[in-house]
Amino acid sequence: MPISPAADRGRQLYQEHNCVACHQFYGLGGYMGPDLTNVISNRGAAYARAFMAAGTQAMPNFNLRDEELDALVAYLEFVDKTGTYPPENFEVKWYGVVAQEDDPR
Amino acid sequence: MNTQQQDLLGLRFMRLGMLALSAGLLVGVIGGFQFLFPEFLRELLFTKTRPLHVSLVVAWIFLAAIGGIYFYLPRQRKLKLASYRAVSWHYWIFVVTGLAIIASFLAGKFGGREYLEYPVALSIPIFLSWIIFGVNYFRTVRKEREPWPVYYWMWGTGIVFFFITYLEAYLWVIPYFRDNMVREIMVQWKAYGALTGSWNMLVYGTALYVATRIAGDDKPARSKLAFSLFFLGLFNLMFGWAHHTYLVPSLPWIRTFAYAVSMTELLILGKILWDWRASLESWQKNRYCSAYRFLYAADIWIFINLILALIISVPAWNLYTHGTHITVAHAMGSTIGINTMILLASVYYVLREELPQKVRDGCAGQVTLGFWLANISLGVFFLALIAAGVGKFMYDGPSFQEMMASIRPFLLLFAVSGIGLMVGLWIVLWHAYRLMGTILAADRPVDVKLGLPVGAD
Repeated sequence: MPISPAADRGRQLYQEHNCVACHQFYGLGGYMGPDLTNVISNRGAAYARAFMAAGTQAMPNFNLRDEELDALVAYLEFVDKTGTYPPENFEVKWYGVVAQEDDPR
Repeated sequence: MNTQQQDLLGLRFMRLGMLALSAGLLVGVIGGFQFLFPEFLRELLFTKTRPLHVSLVVAWIFLAAIGGIYFYLPRQRKLKLASYRAVSWHYWIFVVTGLAIIASFLAGKFGGREYLEYPVALSIPIFLSWIIFGVNYFRTVRKEREPWPVYYWMWGTGIVFFFITYLEAYLWVIPYFRDNMVREIMVQWKAYGALTGSWNMLVYGTALYVATRIAGDDKPARSKLAFSLFFLGLFNLMFGWAHHTYLVPSLPWIRTFAYAVSMTELLILGKILWDWRASLESWQKNRYCSAYRFLYAADIWIFINLILALIISVPAWNLYTHGTHITVAHAMGSTIGINTMILLASVYYVLREELPQKVRDGCAGQVTLGFWLANISLGVFFLALIAAGVGKFMYDGPSFQEMMASIRPFLLLFAVSGIGLMVGLWIVLWHAYRLMGTILAADRPVDVKLGLPVGAD
């Protein structure tokens, strides 16, 4: 699935604000905030947008404009469709390897 | 520049590395407390302290390893470096780029990539410095008349693969890579895993060099076991990274293959150091007391890390440990317990050799205090992270905040033990920094423009 221009702009913003210091995708990134791979499926776009707009006690308010929030939500939606993390349906083989049954591919 | 001054250029890298580590530890402790108390030093956001800490500590590993290579080759292996001017350039590129990276973090300008969080433009001088280093290294060691000992191969491989994997870490600038999220994550893990493998080559090469010098016998560096470590390390460097990607929806064979090759390298390094320790006479241990002690500690940390690494490399267990603080424990155990202990052994070996009048047989009390404080604190730090990681994967609720609250006692222990670790290493570093300064002071005057002794070639 190719990335849309809006999602690509969201990716740039994600990098410019160094979100990776606290958040992860597929377990890669910091530990201060939650993994965001499936935040859209799990919580919804409005929930993610509200957090980014206002910040929390742990997360600073980055004073993002509306179009920046839209771009970040588009990016999170893009990531969300690429897979499930952590896997919900999986099979552990006898030799210890995990087969991910909900792999979107 | 006279020969004596040229030979000591590597020590400038080592000293700069000690400063980087000292600062990196302080920022790490601040970040640890920000993790618990987000209001703590709010102006210095965690998004700044984390990359500052990572960059400074990684700078220490590179500076200490590179400094050792620049020192050992001309001073002890009697191989005159191909270009001393290139060493000066390398040093100043490191200093200027390092300061630019620190300034960009403080100003809130990020490249925003995991581990390489500085603006992309600053990767260009880093690429350049590795070309300078690589060309100088290979032009120097090709003059060696005897067959290369294993540490020459390891250093050379580390340099080449650092360059390749660093390049790989920037493949995301090409749309083909960043437009596919799974490909993007796989390439990132591949690059970072192999980057770690490449600096491990530099550090393990240093460990074998120092160990053979203390023993006064180069045979272990030419043994079949040492070369099997080298080839296994090379193999792991190319393939072992994939144990980080079990949970990325990648092709199944990649996961299985990664599982098969992971972590065997540590086992062989541990065996070599174990055999080496058994071969030493007590006078050798006493003569190089501090260096010996740091290598001993590295050996212990290898086995501790090996056990953890083997556990988290089993995909069925990795399913739970991936993305938790257990991964951080593994990273800290490796970078501090193994890499830093080996590099401190290298620093103290140099001090013992260069200052026989000042650094006498036996271990200085100050170093002993720092050594034990750092290692005991690291043990607590390591266990606290594992406990926090277990708490994270055991948590079964929907709230991230609730999960964080449940592991808070472990995170508090982690932050407090971080202070002990910082103070312990500061003691060790301050002692070494001062002594290394006396070695360099003997070779003044210094060319003010270059910051190097007068008459650099």
